[in-house]
This record gives sequence, structure tokens and C-alpha cells, in this order.
Amino acid sequence: RGAGAPRDKNEKPYLLPSVKEAEKRIVESGWNGVQQKEYAGITGIKEFCDASVKFAYGADSPALKENRLISAQVLSGTGGGRIAFEFYARFLGKGVPVYMPDPTWANHLPMAKDAGLSLQTYRYYDKNTYGLDFTGMCEDIKAAKDGSIFMLHACAHNPTGVDPTIEQWKEISALLKKKNHIVFLDMAYQGFASGDADKDAAALRMLVADGHDVMLAQSFAKNFGLYGERVGCLSMVGSTTEEAQRLLSQLKILIRPMYSNPPIHGARIVATVLDDPVLNKQWYAECKGMADRIIEMRTALKDGLAKEGSTRNWDHVVDQIGMFCFSGMTPEQVEKLKTEYHIYMTKNGRISMAGITTKNVGYLAHAMHAVTK
Amino acid sequence: QLDASLPLSQRSSDDSNMKASTWSRVPMAPADPILGVAVAYTMDPDPRKVNLGIGAYRNEQGKPIVLKCVREAEKKIAMDETMMKEYLPIQGLDSFLKVTSQVIFGNDSPALRDERVAVVQSLSGTGALRIAGEFIAGAKPGALVYISDPSWGNHHQIFQRSGLKTRTYRYLTPTMGLDIGGMLQDLAAAPKGSVFVLHTVAHNPTGVDPTQAQWKQIADVCQEREAIIVFDTAYQGYASGDLNKDAWSVRYFANERNMELMVTQSYSKNFGLYGERIGALNIMCSDKATAVKVQSQLKAVVRPMYSNPQLHGARLVSAVLSDRALTALWEEELTMMSNQITAMRQALVDALAAIRCPPPNSKFSSWKHITDQIGMFAYTGLSVKQCELLTAKHHIYCTKNGRFSMAGVNPGNVKYIAEAMKDAVSNSAKL
Repeated sequence: RGAGAPRDKNEKPYLLPSVKEAEKRIVESGWNGVQQKEYAGITGIKEFCDASVKFAYGADSPALKENRLISAQVLSGTGGGRIAFEFYARFLGKGVPVYMPDPTWANHLPMAKDAGLSLQTYRYYDKNTYGLDFTGMCEDIKAAKDGSIFMLHACAHNPTGVDPTIEQWKEISALLKKKNHIVFLDMAYQGFASGDADKDAAALRMLVADGHDVMLAQSFAKNFGLYGERVGCLSMVGSTTEEAQRLLSQLKILIRPMYSNPPIHGARIVATVLDDPVLNKQWYAECKGMADRIIEMRTALKDGLAKEGSTRNWDHVVDQIGMFCFSGMTPEQVEKLKTEYHIYMTKNGRISMAGITTKNVGYLAHAMHAVTK
Repeated sequence: QLDASLPLSQRSSDDSNMKASTWSRVPMAPADPILGVAVAYTMDPDPRKVNLGIGAYRNEQGKPIVLKCVREAEKKIAMDETMMKEYLPIQGLDSFLKVTSQVIFGNDSPALRDERVAVVQSLSGTGALRIAGEFIAGAKPGALVYISDPSWGNHHQIFQRSGLKTRTYRYLTPTMGLDIGGMLQDLAAAPKGSVFVLHTVAHNPTGVDPTQAQWKQIADVCQEREAIIVFDTAYQGYASGDLNKDAWSVRYFANERNMELMVTQSYSKNFGLYGERIGALNIMCSDKATAVKVQSQLKAVVRPMYSNPQLHGARLVSAVLSDRALTALWEEELTMMSNQITAMRQALVDALAAIRCPPPNSKFSSWKHITDQIGMFAYTGLSVKQCELLTAKHHIYCTKNGRFSMAGVNPGNVKYIAEAMKDAVSNSAKL
């Protein structure tokens, strides 16, 4: 179970009903009552951008209220991250490092490189506890040169599923501030991590409230199940309204020679869902349902392993958050799972929880116990 | 271009009151010369306003349309319960990739038969050009990119952002004809292995295309210079109404001369799929093994840019082109749009004649160039100042190079436009 696409309990991929309904409306009635597929402008569908930032930052965010926040529709999390990195390379200097957690999503590395940045890591995952190496992380934040770019996963860290607690986030925020580090957040799982979209955005909102002028790449691939439609939003907080406008103008300069303007379909769907009170409420429940199912499967897997007689500590299966479980299995054990049990996961032992169902969790537990005992 | 090495702000930790921002040195960037026109137009409250800026089709009532074949395809897709929204592979929708190369190269292209064309789905023409640029920069860093003067404004930025240096080649004579001599001379003087960006048909912004004989001469120079040829195809079917006729240049180079080349495709105009951002990059190689390797490199460019392309536009094009009836309907609609543009060219020239509007400047003896030109745009010859007057006084929006999107001209506004042009030309001496 490698890549994460949603499955229902029968392992069939499905569209969220709220999303399906929104798409139906758009196909039938057009956009704002008109059938048209006009260019959306470099920064995309305005209603989408407005709804996205409200969703992420909260309607009462100081950045929003003070009109210091700008946004652009982008191609999901990858597109947002790439533009962010190109922005940093352009204005902080080609070759400056971006600090990424170790480990991070594999694609982050070439994204930064192709954008013209160099790579540094900060300690993040503790192999011994299957949790956060908070001490190491803080040390590395302190050791970095003042004003360095730090990329953080806003919630449901990929691939480990290990997130700082809110108290740890407070400390992280204070440290980042002291060092004047530049904060870039990748948020691909809002609503999908805990089932509560506001809770999942707590770290982002706290950082903004603490005065960090963050850049945020939001993806709607997982939480809206819109994977292949490539829907995302890139936003930046400026120190003033005027500054935010300058930042926006420069984002446009980066987007135009990449693809001119973003694809409208998926963004229209998200805007329709978020802006319609009924669909919005329905979506929240559906997203929570997806998150709950994953949490259920985590419990089922852990229980299954215990039932198989495993004496290893599998607490992390339940403690980790989001779509992935960083199982702690070795590449050799992963290989065995593939060859002997036809179970597929990435070499680093990362399990996509979305691929687990009540039908196969027993088998998975059995196999995992067999290769790890 | 901005110097990228701006110093970081030097904030001391006790400077909590004075919030010097990291970004205080980031300047306001200028508005995009083409897309900025649309923004200005939208903000103009004047009821007489006319948008001749962006190349987007308008019907006779001045309204945007979605092609019937697209609507049919879209409804089909919406009713298909098996259609999910899983990620496409990095290279895009398989059924789309198969048909898109056929559209440009022709069904009987030897290159396609020999599986020598690496193809990836792209975000329309811009996306295809950027992937091409990044690929070339990786494979041949230091290659110079030659772009016609004039050309579509975004060409230079795309290749420069890819890390390549751009140059120009002469293209237009002062009286709006093709400067074939200048073009051939400039291309022949380019270093071997340079990149030559050519417009497949309906050159943007001039509407002036080489004749078949001239294309042959251009092919000769390309071959002699061992150039990396990039054909930018944004108007196939839109120029003459005939898909095959509009593809002649690419097919001559690819099928008759068997030259390696790159072809970018956009379905923005000919399918009216503007905002869906659907296109493709085709790289025709000398053999299949190379094509396989090239495709893997294209994927390596796409993955860190946006991972994989979007579903919807690709599904729409694929659905139409895989259905005979829908394809026939598309070809009909393409002809209709192309004919309307041609009719509006004539209507504008007639309207200008009716009010005896003088030509834009002394180099011209008439407005004949507007009907001679091909494609969506009329390169009017109006000066920057004349265009500014058109906008400021008459609320007619166009790019400063005097390029009119003829799709914005309709029977309802053609007289108004002609009058405004007369005003601009007659008063240009005073400007």
C-alpha cells in the first residue's frame, strides 16, 4: 500500500459525496451561473483562494483581518512548495539552504533543488522512540544561521506521522522567532489528521499569531479526495498590507513562466463546497469520517499485532497521526513483506493507512508479526 | 530582472518594537503585459469597453462559450460512475497522450508508428514550453534560445526561468511581411545546437506565417545548424479551420524531413479549454530507445514541479477525440470559430474603409495587412501611444504592441472600434 488514495471499507476508491455534488452543480449550472472555461488569472479562482485561506488560517486570523495575507491557487502541495522555493531562491539568493525535517516527503528534495535552493536537515524523527526528537530539533534550529528557511509540516508529518505537541510547537515558535528564521509550512492533511480541521491548523495559527510571516502551501488532494485534480493554495503573510501586495506581484512573476494560470476545475469544486453552508458541513463530517476510519485502523492494527503475539512496542502505530504509519520496520523486513506476503510499502517502512481495511488488517498484522518477531 | 542575492534583514533580538521585515526589499513587480490587460479591462466600469487583449473566443454577442463537443464530453464524464479522481501518472492521462500526438503529427506519422515520440501532458502551451526549457537546460546547458522578434511575450521569460539565455531572430518587415531573408540570416548565424522557437501556424502576435517554400528554407537552416527545434502550436485548426492544413509545417519537418524536433501543443483556443490548462509536449527522437530515455527525463522535470498533471481537461480532450461523432462536431465548431474570425477581419477593414481611417503610419498604404494575417490576432501596426489613446479615451483594451484579439471584435462593436482607431491614428501626430 504505497501511495495514498482514499478507499472505502471495501477497498474501492471513492469520491466524497459533498465533492461529487459540488462537481455535479458546476457541470450542470456552470460557474456563477455561466457555462465558461475562461482563464482564471495567474492566481486562480478568487473564491477558491478566499475560501482556502479562511479554512487554513481561520476567519479571525490577524493576518486576514489586517489584510496582510495574499494567496494564489497552485497545483496542490507540490506546486505550492515549488513556487515557494523559487520565491526564496529569487529573494534570498540562489543556493541558500532550506532546512527540512529528517525524514521528509521524498519529493521535497528535488523540489527545492530544481527551484535553486540547497538542502539542510534538522533532526526530527527519533528511531528509538518512534516519536519526535524534540531536543535534537531545537538544537538544530538554534544552530542554523539566523534568518534560515525552515520548512515545517503543519500536521500529520509525512512520512512519520509524528507531530509536535502544542506545547512543543510553542517552544519551536519562540526559537524560530529568536533566530529570525523564515517559516514555510506544508499542510497536506488539514481535517484529515485528527478529523478536526481547526485542530489540525492549530500550529499554523499559533505561528501566525506569534508574528511569523509564514508562507503556507495547502493541498486539497487528500482531505477533499481531489488528488488528480491538483488543487492547492499558496499563501504568504506580510508584515503590512502594502508588503503583501508586493509579495503577491512577485509570486505572479514566478507562476506565469511555469504554467501561466492554474486549472479551474478542482478549485471550483473546493470553493463550491466551502462556500455552501450545507455542503461545507457535509464535507466536514465526511472528512472526519475518513480520519476516524484511519484512526480505527490504527487501533485495529495495533490490537492485531498484540493478538498475533508480538512483544514489540507498537504504541507508535496509534500515537502517530495522519495517513502514514512509520512502522519502524527495516528495508529487509519490508522486502520480505513484499516477496512473501505481497504487501507493498515504501522501503522506509512507511505504511499508507488508507490502504488498510477491516478485511485486510488481520492479514497485515499477521505478516508484520511474522517478519519482525 | 531582479538580482536574486538580496541580503537578509538584520534584526536584533531586542528590536521587538521595530519590525523590520525580511521582505522589505522585495519590490513590486510590474503587471504581466498580456494578462494585465484583462485585469484592467475587468476593472473598467465603462459600458462601451472592448477587450481585444487576450486570445479567448467570443461569440457574436461578445460572450465566452464552451464548445458543444466539450459540453457533451463533460456530461458523459459526470455521469460515469467509474470515474474517480486518483492521481494521474507523472506523464499524464494515457488515452490523452495517444490522441494528442496523432493530432499534430497525423495518424500515419512514421515517428508515431516507430514509437519515437516522447510525450507528456502539460499545462497547456506555457507548461509544455517550460518543461521543454527545463529539459533542454539539463541536457544542453548553455544552449542559446532564439525567439522571433516579435513573439508571444512570455516566451523569453519561460526559457530564462529555465536557466537559458534567449536571443531574437528577425521576423517582420516594416510593412508586416515575413522578413525571410533576415530570419534565415539570423538563424544561420546562431551557434550550432541552438534552440530555435518556431510558431507552427498563426504566428503570435503578427499573424504572418512562412509559405511552404519558406518553411523548406527554414528547415534547411535548422538542419545545417543542428538546431533544437521547438514548434509552438497554439492554434492548430483555428487558423484555417483545417487541422491538417494548420499542421503542415510540423508534419513537413517531422514526417518528410525526419528531423528531430519538439512540439508543444495547447488546447486552450482550439478546444476553448483555456482555464482547464490542457496541452502536451512532444519530443520526436531518432529512435525508440532515446524516446524512452527522454520521457524519463521529462518526468523528472515534472515531478518536482507539480508531481502530476490534472485530470479534467485531459479527460475532456480524450473523450472528444476518442469519439467519432464528437470529433466531427469539434471540427465543425473549429471551422465556425475560424470563419468568424476571418469575417471579423474583413468587417474591421470594411469599417475602417467606410470612415476613411488612415493607415497606422506612413509605412502602410492600407489596412490590408489585417485581412492578410492569419489566426486569432491582428497585428495592427498601431503604436504604443495610439494604443494608449484607444484605452484611455475609448476603453478599448489591447496589448501595447498593437495586437488585437479578433475574437473580441463582433458586429456590435466593430464600428465603434474603427472610429476609435481613426481617432487614435489621426491624433497620433499630436501625441
